[in-house]
Amino acid sequence: MDRVTTTAGGVRASARVLARGDGRGGTVLPVLEGEGPLAVRRTRGSGAEARVMLVGAMSGPLGGDHFTVAAHAAAGARLRVGSAAATLALPGQDKTGARYDVRITVDDDAELSWLPEQLISAGGSDLHVTTSVELAAGARLLLREEQVLGRAGEEPGRLTSRLTVRIDGRCVLDQELACGPGAPGGWDGPAGLAGHRAVGQLVVVRPAFATGPPAARVFEEGAAVLPLVGPAVLVTAVAPDALRLRRLLDGALASLD
Amino acid sequence: MSRAALLVLADGRFPAGGHAHSGGAEAAVRAGRITDAASLEAFCRGRLYTSGVVAACVAAAAALGVDPGELDRAADARTPSPALRVTARRLGRQLMRAARSTWPSAELDALAALFPKGAHQPVVLGLAARAAGLGALDAAHCSLYEGVSGPATAVVRLLGLDPFDATAVLARLSAEMDRVAQEAMETGERVVTDGVDVLPARSAPLLEIGAEAHAAWAVRLFAS
Repeated sequence: MDRVTTTAGGVRASARVLARGDGRGGTVLPVLEGEGPLAVRRTRGSGAEARVMLVGAMSGPLGGDHFTVAAHAAAGARLRVGSAAATLALPGQDKTGARYDVRITVDDDAELSWLPEQLISAGGSDLHVTTSVELAAGARLLLREEQVLGRAGEEPGRLTSRLTVRIDGRCVLDQELACGPGAPGGWDGPAGLAGHRAVGQLVVVRPAFATGPPAARVFEEGAAVLPLVGPAVLVTAVAPDALRLRRLLDGALASLD
Repeated sequence: MSRAALLVLADGRFPAGGHAHSGGAEAAVRAGRITDAASLEAFCRGRLYTSGVVAACVAAAAALGVDPGELDRAADARTPSPALRVTARRLGRQLMRAARSTWPSAELDALAALFPKGAHQPVVLGLAARAAGLGALDAAHCSLYEGVSGPATAVVRLLGLDPFDATAVLARLSAEMDRVAQEAMETGERVVTDGVDVLPARSAPLLEIGAEAHAAWAVRLFAS
């Protein structure tokens, strides 16, 4: 069954995951579907948690491609989504650029960990990513995004990444990172990335933060723990490379407990 | 619109407390990222296209009469750093005090009652512009200019940069400021019809991280 639609511009593909509690403390996956470049696999989970892996079956996204991934954790679900490898944005024949849209929904009494590998913006690529998260008041979330600007020693492509988080209908975070050739001026200057080639965000949402939020602070050099207006925390970090970025984000996350 | 009223509102000597803030420049100087006029210009340009354009769009929308409570919530969501939210509200409260006595207005009174601890500064700026008989483009210009003139002035004190060089940085940015102000006004008009979600959300990671580092210093020249 191949439902990949190739338009004149590129590949359109989507993947969908729905998880819900099975009523006995476990998590079932009534929907687990992908197509073409977006394959999804259930892997071994631990305890109540179901694990899903996004497996890139093609390279890309390339210019003109439009990928959409939707993950929904319904009541009782404990879902962890990872990816088998980094996503590599590459240039394509199509000059319109590529789009990658992620839609995450978490209901009350559900938990989603969204922990894909890095997004690498290869030289000459042009990718627009949107990550849109809708959470119920009692939802729990751990979300990590990492952007790596260029492969080793390479100039980055153009990357625009917007991250929006709503809790109980209220927008608690809306931020966009734009970088690479053609991005608005100053993106790599002293206010933007100042030569750092890896940038990342963690969003942690726990209902308990409503009464006891973590304190705002700088974590080592290059990261900050930022409590938002709502039961949520953003960790924002910059680093010279992907490895040091991951260490910073892991360390900052561990410091929240 | 009154060009003279615009000059009054945009004047660095308008008593709204902005002179005590460096717009993140003090942290960037300490980190060794601003060292001269060229790096100051890159810093200001980075601010202009991130927090600067967001603030200008909020100010333009407020000047067009968009619900200030909604704009304030949108500004919160676009300001993840608590230190920057505190700064924005403090500056908003100080601007409110100055604006209410300069251009008395029922709308400013209502906003002050709604946010006794201060609304985000661009929201207050937009309503102050309205009270002064100015438009959305004027509010956007004021907001953008303030966003880069603050760091430029601060760096003169922080680095001993030649004030002529600092002012030349602002002059070199003026064509871009004009363009961004125009875009901000158009975005403000879209907010009137489509709601606050169409506001831009561009962010500058080092401004956020630097603001939290700066807020934790025991001794500093500027409040932010």
